[in-house]
Amino acid sequence: MVKFENKKDKCKGCGLCIEFCPEGVLEFSSELNSVGYYPVKVIDISNCKACKFCELICPDSTIKVFKQ
Amino acid sequence: MGEKQLFKGNEAIAEAAIRAGCRYYFGYPITPQNEIPEYMSRRMPKIGGVFLQAESEIAAINMVFGAGGSGVRAMTTTSSPGMSLMQEGISYLAGAEIPCVIVNVVRGGPGLGGIQPAQSDYFQATKGGGHGDYHCLVLGPSTLQELVEFVFLAFDLADKYRNPVIILTDGVMGQMMEPVEFPPEVDILKLSPKEWATTGAKGRKKIILKSLYLDPLELENHNLHLQEKYNSMQEEIKWEEMNTKDCDLLLVAYGTAARVSKKAIEVAKEKNLSLGIFRPITLYPFPYVQLKEVVKKGKVKKILVVEMNMGQMIEDVKLAIEGLVPVEFYGRTGGVMPVVDEIIEKAESMLKVNTLKGVM
Amino acid sequence: MANIKKEKDKDKEKEIKTLEDVVTHYCPGCGHGIVHRLVADAIDRLGIREKTIGIAPIGCSVLIYNYLNVDFQEVPHGRAPAAATGIKRAQPDKVVFTYQGDGDLASIGTAEIVHAANRGENITTIFINNAIYGMTGGQMAPTTLLDQKTTTSPYGRNSTSAGFPLKVCELLSSLDGVAYLERVSVSSPKNVVKAKRVIKHAFEVQLANKGFSLVEVLSQCPMNWRMSPIDSVKWVDDVMSKTFPLKKFKDTERVRS
Repeated sequence: MVKFENKKDKCKGCGLCIEFCPEGVLEFSSELNSVGYYPVKVIDISNCKACKFCELICPDSTIKVFKQ
Repeated sequence: MGEKQLFKGNEAIAEAAIRAGCRYYFGYPITPQNEIPEYMSRRMPKIGGVFLQAESEIAAINMVFGAGGSGVRAMTTTSSPGMSLMQEGISYLAGAEIPCVIVNVVRGGPGLGGIQPAQSDYFQATKGGGHGDYHCLVLGPSTLQELVEFVFLAFDLADKYRNPVIILTDGVMGQMMEPVEFPPEVDILKLSPKEWATTGAKGRKKIILKSLYLDPLELENHNLHLQEKYNSMQEEIKWEEMNTKDCDLLLVAYGTAARVSKKAIEVAKEKNLSLGIFRPITLYPFPYVQLKEVVKKGKVKKILVVEMNMGQMIEDVKLAIEGLVPVEFYGRTGGVMPVVDEIIEKAESMLKVNTLKGVM
Repeated sequence: MANIKKEKDKDKEKEIKTLEDVVTHYCPGCGHGIVHRLVADAIDRLGIREKTIGIAPIGCSVLIYNYLNVDFQEVPHGRAPAAATGIKRAQPDKVVFTYQGDGDLASIGTAEIVHAANRGENITTIFINNAIYGMTGGQMAPTTLLDQKTTTSPYGRNSTSAGFPLKVCELLSSLDGVAYLERVSVSSPKNVVKAKRVIKHAFEVQLANKGFSLVEVLSQCPMNWRMSPIDSVKWVDDVMSKTFPLKKFKDTERVRS
């Protein structure tokens, strides 16, 4: 089981996590967040292998991935 | 006080600083104050202090920022061209309210100028050579004894007001030798702790020593706070008066120019010329009110400002007396010293003009 | 066993973290955010938050003191290594680091960085190289690549009039006072992992009193490079690291006397 936490109101929609996710788990949300960006959201968590690439590359430290 | 010791001015500054509790000296060689870093390089390692010859005056003043911001008594010394390099750093020190002592052993300018003494950095020191609405407290000693006492005073005032303090001296005092008595040595451990210093956020909120306030209202507030501080510095005003109640002509001079002026008063007495002197000691804050009082209450007909420059403090003198009496200037610069005979000659001509025109 | 682990985790949560939980003013995709986190991680893992003092630069990261929970000083452009020297000499038991951009370190501050390194000051410098002046709107930096267009090199940097990109690690590697020097990037998760290790090592070099340590981080600047964040990280990998190769330049075992 993988838990994916992201503070969506800190996300600036840079897209780096989407780009580097090897499993295509992430996409942009269609709802703006409180700082005026389209934040990232999970498409399907069951594909996530908890490689933590997204957590590593996020410039705004919004993502935490836990393998439970 | 202790025993009298014969000291060269520059070395006396260094020894006084150490006895006043300074253990951190950052400086760069420049004539005519090289004896200071040289003395510090010998003394500091012996007492567990730090002497560091910086790569430039710019680096030196920023090292003072770092050390001073850590809460220790730190200083630098330089001469006029180096003082110009330090202006940005001084503005930052004033903005972040970091105490430190800066000694300027003034030489002739502008530009490379000369290595002989002058007083041509008065504007730079008192009106702020750096950017922004700030002031350094400025002390203008006239003898080596004063110089030594002012080093102690400078560190105390710097800590009291969390502000840079400048000691404005010149190459004459830097190079001359006089007997001095040092005040009692300061016990560093007994100095009050500095709660505002960056010592590591242990058991407290982090401390940021900065001068950046992007929000206009915040920056204005910060400036209002600084001005309040500068106003409170008025209680530190110091000056000396001699024969001011009875003199016809008042000399106004500071530092070495005041020494020559005092001699001129003695000699003038023999010629039945009544001269007095008002000697500002704190150049910032300047004794405006006190100078005006002297002119109002006395019999002063004219003022002669004596400086080793082309006329800088004279502007503050005119501001102070607000047109009460005429103010004239006698100055020599470039390292040429003002002389007693020329002061008297000028005073005589100023008073003669008065008599001829029948103006009393 | 499981209970002890849970207790330790609770303690860790109570411990104050170095990275402040705030929204930063950095542009989307900017490398600063990643490096701030790596510096914060190093400080947390080494347990030195309460004795660390940072010196903020003048540049995009001028507000770094809002993002990291340690004491900070703010000094003029380029002078951070001199201030760091003053702090470290006054408080040798503290951990002192500067965080500087390419204008701050490689332009106005070349004297200060060279001399702090040459004296072997026991401080750590994190040098952010994005080949451009970010805060002031995208002018040429000493590290701007040849033919790279900026607002003050609109036809591309020409070596005849504007010289060559300044290679700071290469320059400083000749100095005996330097104990550790490495260039990394944060352009991919793999590079971030490497950078994290390198930055922690730089602080360890300081803690072991070995001398001056500097980590040069090639950092993407999507806004001023006029690229998307994804294109900007590719540019770091494909173009920038050709001029600024990622490598370790120095790592001495020597301990200072």
